[in-house]
Amino acid sequence: MTTSTSVMGGIVRRKEDPSLIQGKGTYVDDVKRAGELAAVFVRSPFAAAKINSIDVSAALELEGVHAVYTADDVRHLGPNPAQVAVGTLRPLLADGAVKHVGEAVAMVVADSRYIAQDGADLVFVDYEPGDAVIDLKEAHADKVQVHEGESNTLLTWAGNAWWEGVIDLPDPSPEIQAAKERDDTVTVSLEMVNQRLIPTAIEPRAVLADWRGGYESVELWSSSQIPHAVAGAVAGVFGIPSNKVRVIAPEVGGGFGLKLNVYPDEILVCFASKQLGRPVRWTETRREAGFASIQGRGWVGTATMTGTKDGKILGYELEAICDMGAYTHNFTVAIPLLGLFVAPGQYDIPTSYALHCVMTNTPTTDAYRGAGRPEAAYYLERIIDDFAREIGMDPADVRKANYWKPEDFPVTTAIGLTMDSGDYATNLDALLDRVDYEGLKAKRDAARAEGRLLGLGLSTYVEVCGFGPSALAGLGFSWAGYGLPTAFNGSGVVRVQPDGTCTVTIGTGPSGQGHETTWAQIVSDGLGIPMENIEVQHGDSLDSPMGVGTFGSRSLAVDGTATYEATGRVREKAAKIAGHLLEAAEQDIQFADGGAHVAGSPDRAVTWGQIAEAAYQPHTLPEGMEGGLESSVVFSPPNATWPFGSHLALVEVDPDTGDVKLLEYWATDDCGNVINPMIVDGQVHGGIAQGIAQALFEEAIYDDMGNLLTASLADYPLPDAASLPSFSLDRTVTPTDVNPLGVKGIGEAGTIGSAQTIVNAVVDAVSHLGVRHIDMPLRPKRVWQAIEDAKE
Amino acid sequence: MYPPNFDYVAPTSLDEACAALAGADNAKVLSGGMSLIPLMKMRLVRPTTVVDISRIPGLDTITDEGDHIRIGAMVRHAQTASDPLVREHATALAEAAAATADAQVRNQGTTCGSIAHADVAADQPAAVLALGASMVAASSRGEREIPASDFFVDTLTSALESDEILTAIKVPKGGTSVYRKLGRRGGEADYPIAAAAVWVDAGNGSVSDARIAVTGVSSKPYLAAAAADAIRGSDGGAAAIDEAAGHATDDVIVLEDLYATVDYRTHLAEVYVKRALEAALA
Amino acid sequence: MVKSENGSGFMSHRTEDVVLEVSITVNGTAHRSQVEPRTLLVHHLRENLGLTGTHVGCDTGYCGACTVIVDGRAVKSCSMLAVQADGAEVRTVEGVADGDELHPVQEGFWECHGLQCGFCTPGMIMSSVALLESNPDPSEEEIRHGIEGNLCRCTGYHNIVKSVQFAGARMRGEEVSS
Repeated sequence: MTTSTSVMGGIVRRKEDPSLIQGKGTYVDDVKRAGELAAVFVRSPFAAAKINSIDVSAALELEGVHAVYTADDVRHLGPNPAQVAVGTLRPLLADGAVKHVGEAVAMVVADSRYIAQDGADLVFVDYEPGDAVIDLKEAHADKVQVHEGESNTLLTWAGNAWWEGVIDLPDPSPEIQAAKERDDTVTVSLEMVNQRLIPTAIEPRAVLADWRGGYESVELWSSSQIPHAVAGAVAGVFGIPSNKVRVIAPEVGGGFGLKLNVYPDEILVCFASKQLGRPVRWTETRREAGFASIQGRGWVGTATMTGTKDGKILGYELEAICDMGAYTHNFTVAIPLLGLFVAPGQYDIPTSYALHCVMTNTPTTDAYRGAGRPEAAYYLERIIDDFAREIGMDPADVRKANYWKPEDFPVTTAIGLTMDSGDYATNLDALLDRVDYEGLKAKRDAARAEGRLLGLGLSTYVEVCGFGPSALAGLGFSWAGYGLPTAFNGSGVVRVQPDGTCTVTIGTGPSGQGHETTWAQIVSDGLGIPMENIEVQHGDSLDSPMGVGTFGSRSLAVDGTATYEATGRVREKAAKIAGHLLEAAEQDIQFADGGAHVAGSPDRAVTWGQIAEAAYQPHTLPEGMEGGLESSVVFSPPNATWPFGSHLALVEVDPDTGDVKLLEYWATDDCGNVINPMIVDGQVHGGIAQGIAQALFEEAIYDDMGNLLTASLADYPLPDAASLPSFSLDRTVTPTDVNPLGVKGIGEAGTIGSAQTIVNAVVDAVSHLGVRHIDMPLRPKRVWQAIEDAKE
Repeated sequence: MYPPNFDYVAPTSLDEACAALAGADNAKVLSGGMSLIPLMKMRLVRPTTVVDISRIPGLDTITDEGDHIRIGAMVRHAQTASDPLVREHATALAEAAAATADAQVRNQGTTCGSIAHADVAADQPAAVLALGASMVAASSRGEREIPASDFFVDTLTSALESDEILTAIKVPKGGTSVYRKLGRRGGEADYPIAAAAVWVDAGNGSVSDARIAVTGVSSKPYLAAAAADAIRGSDGGAAAIDEAAGHATDDVIVLEDLYATVDYRTHLAEVYVKRALEAALA
Repeated sequence: MVKSENGSGFMSHRTEDVVLEVSITVNGTAHRSQVEPRTLLVHHLRENLGLTGTHVGCDTGYCGACTVIVDGRAVKSCSMLAVQADGAEVRTVEGVADGDELHPVQEGFWECHGLQCGFCTPGMIMSSVALLESNPDPSEEEIRHGIEGNLCRCTGYHNIVKSVQFAGARMRGEEVSS
């Protein structure tokens, strides 16, 4: 890395904040269009029913209602597009049947949202309820079929055969079986639930479409992580070229994967706007977010671990049923596959994996922060703790005894994938030394002697992210599923303006990650242009370079690299121009202090303004040089990146009530090189909070009829400030070599490392009472019940 | 979430408010609105007329009336929680108000509104039961007082008639009171999974009188009479407290929900009666 | 065979064009407007007065993104009718800075990375302003309880707490560094 300024690796206040802290940010619901109409959806109260008829006449008679659309109106547009199209795609509006509670049946468009809701109350749907299947095991047994005539099990990802014909691996089962039969081994097994979650970005999704007749083009504002993909989908559905679709994702109020989808409402507002000749908006209500957006997690599985009594693990097996919900969305069946990618964790252990992707009469699941990897880390790191307890070894020692060593890298894992870099034992030791692990254990034991239930929980993890190599498209991870020209790459355009300021346009955009600041740091570092003179643009499918979007902790490693490379090219050309202007050799030009000078002669200098002015007056340039001062780079890395880390928690359990108090939380993560430590720490804080939320608070609960009992925040308790402690963070730095920045990604790491850290701590607090496992969320009733059950 | 339309009146006298309530079919009284407005947004409640009592002068005060304190209909939770009179003479109510929801809700919602709403899991009803308070109800037919013990009828149902406004709560002075809870998010956060308010008149090693109320446990907040009987006349020691706590759910049907099984909630009621008694008798 | 209907069938009670006049002073500017009684204060601010800094994040008054200060009290404007604010003084996030000079709470959030996506931030700032106005030197626990009516999904609250501490110190005239 060049370091001509100090901004790279330094704490820099965010460029996006002055707008946001003054309430001047523009989110989709803040955009207003003359003549706009508002939509509200009529949603199914049944998890499985035939629709006999829909009577929209009373709604249409209401003053202020402009239209009511049903499947009859939109059937010709086809289903909602998805990328990994295994399973049944969602119809834009329920067509003859509903498959989950909350499925959209009709769309009412009116002068205001209040009137649209009045209209929705007057739409009468005649349903004929049928049998629904909610329980995952019953669904796996095909007790009831969600889609008649189709098995609920869409496919099974198996560890040694996950990509038949591409990656061929030996079946590990005979080796694991042999290990189990040895006299000197111990086998432990636990069935555990990794419960469904509702992602809950604080900004609900919102869309606003303005179809421009005559041009037959459409402008769609959407709170989306993937504007380019949405544009491709809209173009495909309406049969118009993709350059007629402008999707704008302005400020996005949190994404976490839930906005990494193309949703029917995005298509439907375009349709309504085209039909009515007026802009049409829809803004999700919080309650609707439990039905209209995707959910995450939802696994029931059994983890089994076999190893010697001195801690050498000889086999790890996981068989799980993974809830897909009633329809396939963008990545639905691919989420468990992401878990499989990190199945063996940081360990050199034979691994057998079988993940059954099963449909139920519930809303769709898809990517939620971590997406498959938190689930995988949960099962692995819970069972390794259980194994350690069974053989009486410290859980840190068992982990260290089975890690890949630094000299093993690049490592080919038991799943056949190659991990870029890692130094796991050093990372774990850094954490244990920092917190005085032995001292904490003594403190816990002393408290326990007084009858207090303190527990220490450890988890380490490895993540796969920074997607990714465009070769993944060949494995099914491609937007080409739309049959549309859209991208699977990172991109960045760097342009120095004639006045010496700089515009950076990128193919990925933030939903809180601070792209504008981090990208400006990269460019400022490369060119010596001050941060305040760099503007970072994003989130417009026509004006931004082709990109994939923000997910999978990929933006910096892939699109950031593209910008880094583009910066280098601009710098090269600028050096030639400066050399020409200063009558010096190009290689003698150095950049600093907002301009360029000849090495050793700081007086022989030009400003960026002078360089740029020359660039845009081609007659002043060296013979044969093209005018302009910008570069556009597309980057596809050779591999994904593999961050890792170690987390530790101290909890206290109230023995009378089961109430868990999280006392302290420490994390030492390793995401390779860091550009802005403040932003990276912020990502870890938020990630940890979401993992703790899964461990202690959150669960999407359905009754047997498929009703979501936790649709409001009153019953889906997000952690508030009073229910969390401050976090103590640190880092080790093990750069990757798959991109020149050496960066890996940090958006999901906190979440992947934290849920099992908490559960391990709580189980540690009550294990001496005979408790081996408690399913999440560890609400007081569950913890108390576990203690009670252990008494029997 | 957009409420259906309704007629709105904001009278400036109690008489006008009572008349508006009497004259409308399906009217609702609005004080702070922290319960009513979310229900209207979800269209679970659809009043044709909303009578906003916030513009009636004099309802927003807490006054010392000699042998009791009077808390007016527009007194907000935050005011109840911090008022010196309430903290001194009705500690359990101040604690319950402080443990209600969050700062913004406490700034807007009213103590009387929470009582009148009669949620099974609200905090403050337990306190008024334990404190032996009475509710002042006004209508165009006149004014009456309803003892707290008769006020909570069932889930979201109080003894108020549809034309009555709860204009004040009268809390008798004397004794010591305490409120303890376990909230849905752990600690005191959110609605109680179970909570207890106790009031005791104790001194010189004996408990001369006691009332114990439990909320969040059954279909309405209730007085645990057997528990109070067990502590009344006792020495207030550990054994007596345990004995009283063991009667926390006598004669009530304990509810099961997302947060508690019947066994767990029964146990929690005992734990919180015990904790509240321990604190009150410390 | 069970048949069931889904529309609630309720005709919204629409007395012929019920509109009421309200006078609300927002950030020092008096506004006289016509509203339906059912209009929520947050929608009045956002849609009628164009003050879109106040956000809507939930239906039930839990998230606090809509927090504004009405007559000195921080309240949730999604759970309040515009007509209830008739005659009131309302402060929103657009009104906390003093001209070009940021409020210390805004400074704190910027300096301490107290926001990521920024959606909860206006409400969080208003609650923090109200907290510090009533308690100028809160402990960490008091800060955490003071903002428990404002949910943030991005930060885990760690840096929000630091932001409020920074702002409190600055408002007390103490030297502060992030």
